[in-house]
Amino acid sequence: MSREHILARVREALSVHGKDRTRHRAVAERLAQPPHHPSGADATPMSPDRLAARFKVQLQRVGADLVEVAREDDIPSAIANYLVARGLPLCLRRGSTGPLTSLPWQAAPALTVDTGSAMAGDAVGLSHAVAGVAETGTLVLASGPESPVTLAFLPETHIVVLSAGAIVSRYEEALEIVLVSCGGRLPRTVNLVTGASRTGDIGAKIVMGAHGPRRLAVVIYGTDTASVGAR
Amino acid sequence: MDGQAMNEGYARRPRVGLFVTCLVDLMRPSVGFAAARLIEAAGCEVVVPAEQTCCGQPAYNSGDSASARTLALQTMTAFDGLDYVVAPSGSCAAMLKLHYPRLMAGDAEAEARARAFAERVHELSSFLVDVRGMTAVPGSFEGRVTYHDGCSGLRELKVRAQPRRLLSAVPGLELVEMAGTGTCCGFGGLFAVKFPAISDAMVTAKCASAAAVEPDLLLAGDLGCLLNVAGKLSREGSAIRCRHFAEVLAGELDAPPIGAEREGGTP
Amino acid sequence: MTNPATFDAAVAAALADEPLQRALADVPAGFVAGRRRARAELPGFERLRRTARDVRDHTLAHLDLYLEAFEANATGAGSKVHWASNGEDARRIILDICHNANARIVTKSKSMVSEEIELRGHLENASLDVVETDLGEYLVQIRNERPSHIIAPAIHLRVSDVADAFRVQHPHLPADRDLATPEAMIAEAREVLREKFLTADVGITGANFLVAETGSAIVVTNEGNADLTMSLPKVHIVLTSIDKVVPTFADAWPLLRLLARSATGQALSAYTTIVTGPRRQDDGEGPEACHIVILDNGRTELLASDLRPVLRCIRCGACMNHCPVYCSIGGHAYGSVYPGPIGAVLSPALAGPGATAHLAEASTFCGRCEEVCPVEIPLVSMLRKWRGRDFSRLSADQASRRRRALLRAWAFLAARPRAYRITARLCARVLAALGGSRGRLRRAPFASAWTRYRDLPAPQGRTFQELWARREQLDRTDQP
Repeated sequence: MSREHILARVREALSVHGKDRTRHRAVAERLAQPPHHPSGADATPMSPDRLAARFKVQLQRVGADLVEVAREDDIPSAIANYLVARGLPLCLRRGSTGPLTSLPWQAAPALTVDTGSAMAGDAVGLSHAVAGVAETGTLVLASGPESPVTLAFLPETHIVVLSAGAIVSRYEEALEIVLVSCGGRLPRTVNLVTGASRTGDIGAKIVMGAHGPRRLAVVIYGTDTASVGAR
Repeated sequence: MDGQAMNEGYARRPRVGLFVTCLVDLMRPSVGFAAARLIEAAGCEVVVPAEQTCCGQPAYNSGDSASARTLALQTMTAFDGLDYVVAPSGSCAAMLKLHYPRLMAGDAEAEARARAFAERVHELSSFLVDVRGMTAVPGSFEGRVTYHDGCSGLRELKVRAQPRRLLSAVPGLELVEMAGTGTCCGFGGLFAVKFPAISDAMVTAKCASAAAVEPDLLLAGDLGCLLNVAGKLSREGSAIRCRHFAEVLAGELDAPPIGAEREGGTP
Repeated sequence: MTNPATFDAAVAAALADEPLQRALADVPAGFVAGRRRARAELPGFERLRRTARDVRDHTLAHLDLYLEAFEANATGAGSKVHWASNGEDARRIILDICHNANARIVTKSKSMVSEEIELRGHLENASLDVVETDLGEYLVQIRNERPSHIIAPAIHLRVSDVADAFRVQHPHLPADRDLATPEAMIAEAREVLREKFLTADVGITGANFLVAETGSAIVVTNEGNADLTMSLPKVHIVLTSIDKVVPTFADAWPLLRLLARSATGQALSAYTTIVTGPRRQDDGEGPEACHIVILDNGRTELLASDLRPVLRCIRCGACMNHCPVYCSIGGHAYGSVYPGPIGAVLSPALAGPGATAHLAEASTFCGRCEEVCPVEIPLVSMLRKWRGRDFSRLSADQASRRRRALLRAWAFLAARPRAYRITARLCARVLAALGGSRGRLRRAPFASAWTRYRDLPAPQGRTFQELWARREQLDRTDQP
């Protein structure tokens, strides 16, 4: 069948035998112990403050809105204020991972909060990011029963809640965090989100909201490191 | 210096084989003389082997490796015994220096010979600056000059700073950089006649870049590029004249610029 | 398919196409400037290129084993892996999957492999409603064209072309609506395509990379259309090829760090998604089935040949953005799925050498492409190799045969220095005489392709060799 045919042709092209031990070992070793490649950027370790600072700079470069709160409990009202300031509807559908379920939503009574997979008419989706990557201002979202991926793509506005302590320097570290938080196994999707949806396909002009969200806002909490320790 | 010491001094002078290139030989010998003058000013003796003809690029780039190999062996033999091989052309120098060893791949002896040969090969400005440390030049020129980087010299041999360093040493010369100095002029050897319309689009863009900085002279290190650009400037009725950079550095400006009227002064 | 004659005609048409020329003057230049900025900001950029090249070479050297590892892990994650030797196999596999799913509507995100195998037409012929969701691909789909650039498929279109196409394609919308701006058109496309996303039965994506260690696919977009394509329908098909495998995520990151930077200058595209299998038991969303179709289609031949390095390609488009020939004629003139330098090297291998070998001729070998390739593919050497393979072919067109004869004559003469010197002396005199006091020829029947567009400078009249020999002789007679 095609499978045997193709693999045979690959081996023939490489002038190798399927049972060659050296090759099997090389592959097994690489899969068991992946290499450490350079990231292209300065490798000096950064303090949490510097990481957060770099992350925020990169976020702004990709046009995402930034909302900072010192404490988790401030998140609901911060979100409500953000939506009002942008003239957006005061309703959202949220996932249920991280702090999202236990947040004091009653502190923002004007805000209608639903849960579950995104529905066609939803204006705002709210997700929790497992990590943030400072090298490019990237948010890392892991899908799961409590974190529907559609929240990140169907609504016009996507808000992501991220703990300052979950900001790491590189993608490699972020993926480690995903694996730990998902019990050692990758979820169906890991979304690395860097800014909102965009296209330059018409008239070479960058326009937002091509299919995914038109705008992305990131709520970073625990920026006051003292309060993070207190939690 | 007395005669004996002079002879000894000359005996220690490096012997440089001038790879004149087929285009310079056929079209514009004054470039060859200018190159020789510069190499002599750099304290070397110039030798011009008569058995050189073509570096083999036309064959090589058309996919005729067999003919290219024949010409490569002929060239290497012609330049045996000389300390250096210097070409007033980025593309010919790259052919000799980078591609001769590749051409001989599969034949260990020929490959070793080509590698040893390649060590001695230099493009002209690179030889003058990197090998001989030349800082002053014989020529002088009053006027605005812009410089086009031939693709082979630039990308294969990394020649970029050297011609500019030498030009900045020419009294009276004002060097102005045009946009896209490293953008291909559209010559590409046979490309210019295989795909003339595309070549024309590219050389038109190059001429526009040059015109935008209003130079008196456009210089380059490859006669192929220069014939192409000069031919287009002339067809467009432009006042910009073209020469090989060696002519300006050596002060060999008696001959009319490339493609210009016979009776006419400098530039 | 293209051949030298249609290529020449296409080139002429492209050079005369003013809106295309304007687009080609603006868009690739933006990508070029973007890449330059991105590269300047990453101090280890050049080292990353070497790392990326080494990752690809290692993978290709162990491709069979990594493909097997990928298959095992993908299957373990609940995906079904299919192998397709050629386009026909792949089309049949995908159509079967669609039939088994009772599919009517199929959404698709960008996949160059799907262009290679002409998938959409095949599915449409089987009465499936197939919608390209990448905006640029949607535009070329509704205009019944091919993409003209691998990452910006509709680069050749004017804003007004898009508005016209929308009016034709979306007749259910009010005829007098405003379609004057890109924003308006994108809003309309979003609305129209949203409906397709939500009602699709099958979603087909490509894959930028396949990760062997977990059996995952990595899919990259700026629009987010691939995510909507893979997560909403009940079946997800990943259409990909054997050369997309990387061993581990550690190996994928250097490639991802270079991909967007090389393509547009972005540090990372908006949506980089790692997808591993269909929905899990507890997931509330996601496809019930995930099929991965892995295509060969000539790649094993490339693997066996001296052109193997071309399989390193990560489809960034930097080579064509920087190519002066591509920027003069655009992608359509190449008449092949992959345009630009990568197309000139790949297409003869995928489509058969006779069909597209002339694409390797349309290059000055300026070398910009290799300079910017994130995986250091020696594109110029590969183009030269294609020319070498073509050189000995007997069945070439007349112009090529004539050129080849001239080249052989030149090589013959150049290998005989004495005869060469005599001939050169003669030519120098004749051409100088023809050039006269003007110093140039406006018309030269033997070089009409040259003189059609530019003058031919005349030689100085004597060869360097003869003048040098004369000078040497004078010097000798001068000496005491």
